[in-house]
Amino acid sequence: MKTTITGKTIIVGNNIDTDQIYPGRFLAITDPKEIGSHCLCGVDEAIAQNFPQGGIVVAGTNFGCGSSREHAPIALINMGAGAVVADSFARIFFRNSINLGLPLIVCKGISREVEAGQELTIDILEGTIKVKETGKVYLCDKLGDQAMKILEAGGIKPMMRARFGKPE
Amino acid sequence: MHAIEKILAKNSGQRQVKAGEIVTAKVDFAEINDLYLQTIYSFYEMGGEKVWDSERAAFVFDHYAPAPDMKSAANHGEMREFARKNHLKFHFDTNCGVCHQVMPEAGVIYPGMIVVATDSHTTTHGAFGAMSTGCGATDMATILMTGKLWFRVPEIIEVRLEGETKKGVYPKDVILRVVGKLKADGAVYKAIDFTGSYVENLGVSGRMVICNMAVEMGAKTAYMQPNQEVLEYVSERAVRPFETQHTDPDFRYEESHTFDVSVLEPQLACPHSVDNVSSLSDVIAQGEIRLDQGYIGSCTGGRAEDIAAAAGILRGRHIAPYTRLVVVPASAAVMQECMEKGYIQELMSAGATIASPGCGACLGAHEGILAPGEVCITTTNRNFPGRMGSTKASIYLASPAVVAASMAEGRITDPRNYL
Repeated sequence: MKTTITGKTIIVGNNIDTDQIYPGRFLAITDPKEIGSHCLCGVDEAIAQNFPQGGIVVAGTNFGCGSSREHAPIALINMGAGAVVADSFARIFFRNSINLGLPLIVCKGISREVEAGQELTIDILEGTIKVKETGKVYLCDKLGDQAMKILEAGGIKPMMRARFGKPE
Repeated sequence: MHAIEKILAKNSGQRQVKAGEIVTAKVDFAEINDLYLQTIYSFYEMGGEKVWDSERAAFVFDHYAPAPDMKSAANHGEMREFARKNHLKFHFDTNCGVCHQVMPEAGVIYPGMIVVATDSHTTTHGAFGAMSTGCGATDMATILMTGKLWFRVPEIIEVRLEGETKKGVYPKDVILRVVGKLKADGAVYKAIDFTGSYVENLGVSGRMVICNMAVEMGAKTAYMQPNQEVLEYVSERAVRPFETQHTDPDFRYEESHTFDVSVLEPQLACPHSVDNVSSLSDVIAQGEIRLDQGYIGSCTGGRAEDIAAAAGILRGRHIAPYTRLVVVPASAAVMQECMEKGYIQELMSAGATIASPGCGACLGAHEGILAPGEVCITTTNRNFPGRMGSTKASIYLASPAVVAASMAEGRITDPRNYL
């Protein structure tokens, strides 16, 4: 597992629900790349088109609330997001993302501190975020043991394959 | 321990569990809806071969019922084939209705069980004293392989509802009030136990309305101690024996909130957030809100009681010119009951469009999508931007009576004028 993640930010608000991350009208789509192309289009259709590869989505409170659709983290991953940092996350979205190996970092107040386009470096093990432009370092909540175990395995799929003796 | 903790302890083979602990628990019933073809893909990607128990997992085709386009029809085909290959005893195709209505009707929901479904509104089944929660496709695939899932034992919040509601005030008004107070992230990762005299006297349908929307506060699960009506409903249907759990008298809740529902007025969740709740009369006093569409349906607002409330108001009346009212019964059984009681005929005479049982336009899939600039009032559970179509449409959430009265006038209206 990569324990540090560096990327340019985009900023979204509070209570960004999974309908805004991935609207209902696209739910029948199964191709991951196509799913990624619609990511966050409920907030702004230009986000996915202009998203910097490996970029970091910075959000306010309760990011990922609403529907349990796994399309939401699939869209973020396939848009090219390296991580999501937020004041807080909704529960099902949190599980879905960790299961797919997308790191979610809780850092209270971060959405008011960071500007769009700045470069962040997240240290997952230390639980810190450094902003390149300002040099400031922010302390985050460390991930729980269960979430770390899944992320270290590269998500729940490699974990289950190993458990059932089915290497890729 | 709380009843929820006892359920988690029992299913994980432990004598005791406590909040914050991670347990791996047996899942008594798993349900996959038709948005989650990814479940099958994840199942095979992880090396799955056969569903762990063919009597404890089922598909419900509800979000695209019947298929609105070729893509969803093809998705149904793949899921149907998987169900057939695994000899799943229960299968609910596009002719059944919304999973959270269909499952209790089929008797696969009962007190003391753990039910997990690929739908956030799975909290609904707390109405039956079950521990019920939503998950995504890949978590569901691990359940289909192993029959188990890991859970963090949640902290439990008590929401005590006391008193009797006044005429014109419905369970929907009660839960909108609670969401408005506790807010959209008021219970993230926690459980909500609804207690109090209002809950003790509440029927199955009203209980489901309230538990359904616990997830709108971020709750992992909801709970209500089963009352006589619930036990009768379940006993007539349950597919296997069950054991109701009870909370110990010395259990301490993390938080407790009390609401006196006897003073409650009709409520309204205004755009674009479920917790943006005000009293209906306050919103009306601020100025007229013209409507393009009314919608009665979904896992929180499409039961026979909801449709009856709307029919009661629209009986002998007609919806306002240049508006439309879409009614989507939550299940085929609900629709049949409404036909037998004459509600469907009354609503059609009032100008309503009746659509096939399922999730319909609640999530913007089909059967009543909104155009930019349109305003809709609905008995569903979410008013997020773009939820029912255009992100430039406005959605108000309300009780079925408010929706019906509002459509009679073409503007948001107090139903008490019609009762």
